[in-house]
Amino acid sequence: MNELVCKCGHVNKEGSELCLQCGRTLTEQAEQRKTSDVMRYEGMARRSQTYKRSVIDRIWNFFSSVKVGVWLIVITLVASAIGTIFPQELFIPRNIDPAAYYEDRYGLAGKIYYVLGFHNLYGSWWYMLLIAAIGTSIIIASLDRGVPLYKALKNQRVERHGSFLKRQRIYSEYVTDRPVEKLEEIGAGLEKKKYKIRKENNHLLAEKGRFSRWGPYVNHTGLIIFLIGAMLRFVPGMYVDEQLWIREGETLNIPGTDQQYFLENKGFTLETYNEGQDSDVFDATLQRVGPVAKNFQTDAVLYKREEGDIAGSANREMEPLFEQPIQVNIPLKFDGFALYQTDYIENEFHTMSFTLENKETEESFGQFTVDLFNPEQDGLYDLGNGYQVEMMGLYPDFSGFEDGEPQSASPLPNNPAFLFKMITPDKPDGEVAFIGIQQNLEPLGENEYALSFSGLETRDVSGLTVRKDLTLWILALGGAIFMIGVVQGAYWNHRRVWLKAGEDGKLYVAGHTNKNWFGLKKDLSASFEGTDLAIPEDHQELKDSKGTAKEEQERGTTGQHQ
Amino acid sequence: MAQLASISSTLLYTAFVLYLIATVFFAGSIKSKKHTNQIGKNRWATIGITITIIGFAAQLGYFITRWIAAGHAPLSNLFEFITFFAMMLVLSFIIIYFMYRLHILGVFALPIALLIIAYSSMFPRDVSPLIPALQSDWLFIHVSTVAAGEAILAISFVAGLIYLLKDVDLTKGGKQVFWLEAVLIGLMLVVGFIVSSISFSIAGAGAEFSYVNPEDQQVTAEYAMPALVVPNEGELLTEGAFATSLEMPAIVNAARLNTVIWSLLFGAGIYLLIRLITRKKLAGILQPLVRKANPDLLDEIGYRSVLIGFPVFTLGGLIFAMIWAQIAWTRFWGWDPKEVWALITFLFYAAFLHLRLSRGWEGNRSAWLAVIGFVIIMFNLVAVNLIIAGLHSYA
Repeated sequence: MNELVCKCGHVNKEGSELCLQCGRTLTEQAEQRKTSDVMRYEGMARRSQTYKRSVIDRIWNFFSSVKVGVWLIVITLVASAIGTIFPQELFIPRNIDPAAYYEDRYGLAGKIYYVLGFHNLYGSWWYMLLIAAIGTSIIIASLDRGVPLYKALKNQRVERHGSFLKRQRIYSEYVTDRPVEKLEEIGAGLEKKKYKIRKENNHLLAEKGRFSRWGPYVNHTGLIIFLIGAMLRFVPGMYVDEQLWIREGETLNIPGTDQQYFLENKGFTLETYNEGQDSDVFDATLQRVGPVAKNFQTDAVLYKREEGDIAGSANREMEPLFEQPIQVNIPLKFDGFALYQTDYIENEFHTMSFTLENKETEESFGQFTVDLFNPEQDGLYDLGNGYQVEMMGLYPDFSGFEDGEPQSASPLPNNPAFLFKMITPDKPDGEVAFIGIQQNLEPLGENEYALSFSGLETRDVSGLTVRKDLTLWILALGGAIFMIGVVQGAYWNHRRVWLKAGEDGKLYVAGHTNKNWFGLKKDLSASFEGTDLAIPEDHQELKDSKGTAKEEQERGTTGQHQ
Repeated sequence: MAQLASISSTLLYTAFVLYLIATVFFAGSIKSKKHTNQIGKNRWATIGITITIIGFAAQLGYFITRWIAAGHAPLSNLFEFITFFAMMLVLSFIIIYFMYRLHILGVFALPIALLIIAYSSMFPRDVSPLIPALQSDWLFIHVSTVAAGEAILAISFVAGLIYLLKDVDLTKGGKQVFWLEAVLIGLMLVVGFIVSSISFSIAGAGAEFSYVNPEDQQVTAEYAMPALVVPNEGELLTEGAFATSLEMPAIVNAARLNTVIWSLLFGAGIYLLIRLITRKKLAGILQPLVRKANPDLLDEIGYRSVLIGFPVFTLGGLIFAMIWAQIAWTRFWGWDPKEVWALITFLFYAAFLHLRLSRGWEGNRSAWLAVIGFVIIMFNLVAVNLIIAGLHSYA
């Protein structure tokens, strides 16, 4: 290892720019660089700036570069924006083929979007890779800078060489007859401004807010924890996302709970805002946009199956744990799970009642009710006096005939239809009728008897989302650490003032801050008050662009002529 | 309650007028021959900031009375949110003003706040009831923090804009001159939107169309302005209303496109008129105002407001947002366009800070970044709601 020996005798690590002991610049290159760049990491040796040979060095150097980091951020930013041009796949209707959807709706642009895979951009391997690269960059860049920075500030010396002071952006030399006294005075002023003061051999170092320098490393730690939490999502068992459709009156097992928990739906409520009933300030909106939903609510009871109960049997004897209305924004929580009100179906058919009549006389022979979810096992509905109806077929979601056979598109009672045989004393063989909503067929010839709808019972179905996410606390921890770090780095500043009462009878003052120079100057002006010394000069004012400067100059000259 | 709502509107109007008057005083503060100092004590500026604070108090009154009248935090639709954003912009300005006492900031920050309030009032202003998803204390916590964060970040735009007006050499031409003018024209288009909306509303030039939407349903569209473009298979329902026969495909929201076209026409018209009369670029008209501005201080303020605003925005726009999303939508993150654009805003300012802290991007570059950041915020505020549909699109 090539060590760098400073004029003061201190041996510095290879790659150092400033001597850790006295602050002299160690190399020609460091001499040439801007002070703000050298001071950023206290002139310490950084691995990435020192070793550039092996593959590992190169990978390390690549990820430790802020330039690379910013590019990764910008690429992620642009990619994320592209993902919002058209809706992502998860937002389009589920029953449509996405390939067709994007092309039909958005034309050629939509097709290109789909072919390039932008319809599932945030789940794509390359987007994940970008995030992973950012994560790597955060870790390596932080280690590359944070460790040397910590060492430098921990071993910070009070005495600094004159060349170090002179390089600082805020720097002045004062000719005064009592430099040591002035040094003490200014030091006292800075102490009042909550600076920590250290003195050695007529040198003084005033420092405040050093902990703000750790802000970036703290917030990067938080981000890494957050990203780890996000990754754990993919570990089985950490995350449950299920849908539970539960009808009013039903008690169902809650999916994802290993048959342990059951939920009863005691009723679903949908409320809307009403003019006259709700505050009159809403009237204008209600007149403009029509009905507005006020509440979606499932009155739920949670049950837990005791150990030893037979799996699968919805044991009616189960002990209810508690009862709670589940509303949007008020999920029901238990054992790491949460049940959310996310969907509903209103007025789903539950039971349908029919009356048997003689077509001609319109005489009624009784009524029966078919529970669409739980029809009579043998399909027989006895009306007494020898009148009987046999349900030969139930088609809950009737979708038409195929080869003369009625079809059902799904088991859900969206459009129930029935094939009935009406058995009467005078027609013991029975007459067949096909009955659907607004449909009445007599497939086997003209009937004497007919069935007519006489009643309908409906109930609502609650759509609940079952969610368990064991990664949440990790994400929360990461988020909290991130916030602390960001605030720490953003709302505090690391300010330092070096004072030196030189043997030549001069007082040297230099100041540095990692940001907010205005604040440092304010501190200085407060601590210089009463010392009859001018506030040290700021040597790095931003220059006006040449044009404006020239203009000022010209105006200046005309001013002189007047 | 209806009476309280009307008091609330009056207070907002009062705030608007007060901000306008305060702007005049701030303009006086930098023009005044007697008080030439650009920072520190200056009688004009003192009056200006006093009126600004009274205006802010009036707007706070609007906010509180509206809250009482509605029974919920008035942050539930575009009008309410954008108005609140303007209020936070004024508050941020007041805070930054007392930190740096830079008068010129008021000359630009207040007109932008005025423009934003005027813009917000082009949306339906009725007090609307809360849908179930919004019925939570997080509505106030999340939305107000986002607005505050974005407003503080917007101050960096104001400082950046002044910096650029001072820094960019208009006599030389080039990219910077072009883009600076483009930013100002962008603000002009907002004026165009406001002027056209008000004019057509007074003239009663609206119309109704029946058309076929992408789901093949027959629905109606309301036009606030004469129809230059007509919706898909649109049929004019309003008798005697103006309509061309330029029909748009189904996925285009023709009513909104129509408004955009009119805003562009009005904005461009006003811009051309100004240029014809003054024979100067907009930047050229504004430049004399900033001649005495101190670029160092502007750079400092721009950077400082990003430093203050970034954590606030992150807290409101990402962290509180995630907490509420977990409660209301079952997941803390769902790639909803608004969420994605909050992430984009976050990433952008993260890049800004890295460039500034580690790569020394100061002055001109930093000012441009602040301008771009504001464009992103405005895009998220306006375009994502109006163009890209998602969970966040309010009435």
